[in-house]
Amino acid sequence: MNDVRIAGVGLTKFGRYPERTGRDLFAEAALAARDEAGISRGDYDEVHYGNFMGELAEGQGHQGPVVAEAAGLDCPATRYESACASAGVAFRQAVQTIRGGGADVVLVGGMERMNNLGTSEVTRSLAIAADELFEVRAGVTFPGAYALMARAYFDEFGGDNEDLAHIAVKNHANAMTNEYAQFHREITVEDALESPVVADPLTLYDACPITDGASAVVLVSGDYADENGLDAPVRVAGSGQGGDKAALQDREYLAQTPAATKAAEMAYADAAITPDDVDVAEVHDCFTIAEVLALESLGFYEPGEGIGAAARGETTRDGDRPVNLSGGLKAKGHPVGATGTAQVVEMTKLLRGDHANSDAVPDARVGVTHNAGGTVASAVVHVLEVMN
Amino acid sequence: MADAGYDDWVAAIADGEGYYLACPDGHGSLPPRRSCPHCASDELTEEPLAETGEIVTFTEVHVPAPSFADEAPYVTAIASFGSVRLTGVVRDVPRSDVELGMAVTPDVDVNATTGEQVLVFRPVDE
Repeated sequence: MNDVRIAGVGLTKFGRYPERTGRDLFAEAALAARDEAGISRGDYDEVHYGNFMGELAEGQGHQGPVVAEAAGLDCPATRYESACASAGVAFRQAVQTIRGGGADVVLVGGMERMNNLGTSEVTRSLAIAADELFEVRAGVTFPGAYALMARAYFDEFGGDNEDLAHIAVKNHANAMTNEYAQFHREITVEDALESPVVADPLTLYDACPITDGASAVVLVSGDYADENGLDAPVRVAGSGQGGDKAALQDREYLAQTPAATKAAEMAYADAAITPDDVDVAEVHDCFTIAEVLALESLGFYEPGEGIGAAARGETTRDGDRPVNLSGGLKAKGHPVGATGTAQVVEMTKLLRGDHANSDAVPDARVGVTHNAGGTVASAVVHVLEVMN
Repeated sequence: MADAGYDDWVAAIADGEGYYLACPDGHGSLPPRRSCPHCASDELTEEPLAETGEIVTFTEVHVPAPSFADEAPYVTAIASFGSVRLTGVVRDVPRSDVELGMAVTPDVDVNATTGEQVLVFRPVDE
């Protein structure tokens, strides 16, 4: 089986770009990744691309060829849609393709354009990640769905809004030094607790912002990297994906995310590691409660124990296992279809030592990314490792 | 737009004759469906939905989608009816009185924004 290495990464700064086209956003990230990889144009075998709401936001389906052209490539290009896990799924498919010998060089990434829509249209567009018949028609919004999970969590395990506020405070603090993050503003627990209610018990500061942006990664086979003398010190050591029922009402658990647990177990087995081997993690904190569920699914905590991790200082930059040193979706921003590979970009830099927050984890060798779709009906986990 | 199977199910709830789909192993699910989502059995039969369910989680939505713009803030809940759970908008009770474990009955009402039918839960007098 071919080894998979990361030869280049690129990001746009995340933020509000209502006037910028999706193809332009993706081109910026893709060209940055291609520039870093330094691989000639003709060697690219495929483009794998994640996007969620392109039809609604830009009236553009069939985005694969559109963005490949924008990235300056002439090769097969496929769009993957798995709600907020779109780019994570695209990344996993690229890894599988290279491992299977189907390609040596793949550009993988994602893009979302959201701020050209108003808040209510974005709310409508995000809600289609839920079950249309049984949830959307009953008034379930994306924040509403996570609010249903948060109340179920509080009821089953305890915890409260103050615990969640500490997660928001942590991730905003981490974003301060990340030039690519949407927010560069520290907040306090009081700020979070006093922010307007979006869907109780979740408030505005429990939620990630509406974000435009793109991310891209150049993946290569180990053979290609060696033969071409590439500087690609980070390898993809493990990949896993899990699924669950689309509608919350049909799930066995309302306060756990077994799809992510399955994805993590698969990725750990693939990489031959355990949760204890993980030095640093980027997890899908579209809402603060989502970070809690992620920590538990990744095996860092037992169910019910992850809620206090940020408040106890265990997942802060000074803690034993920092989580979301990028600022997370909460403060870095969440351009839905770009998030999965944006996490890989951040983790690659953290492991290479060229991230603004690499000094928080100077000896890190193993990093994990956790990317969830919808209310975790889809989940993708990857293990990245610094090569010896 | 018609949605075969689902529309019939909503109409049955409105008539007070709600049902769910049961497989031989006792798993419950909702239509339209050709096999049990839990065990893949295709021997599904319509069984009467319990008249009363219990709220297992809920939220008061303040930032609505456009299709609920005139309803906000509104309470959406998941309620358990034995082997199936339903998601609906809670009506006829102030938010401050909605709580976990509350007994509700399913019904169908009109979405004030769209004029379309919406599954609702109404409190049960105890």
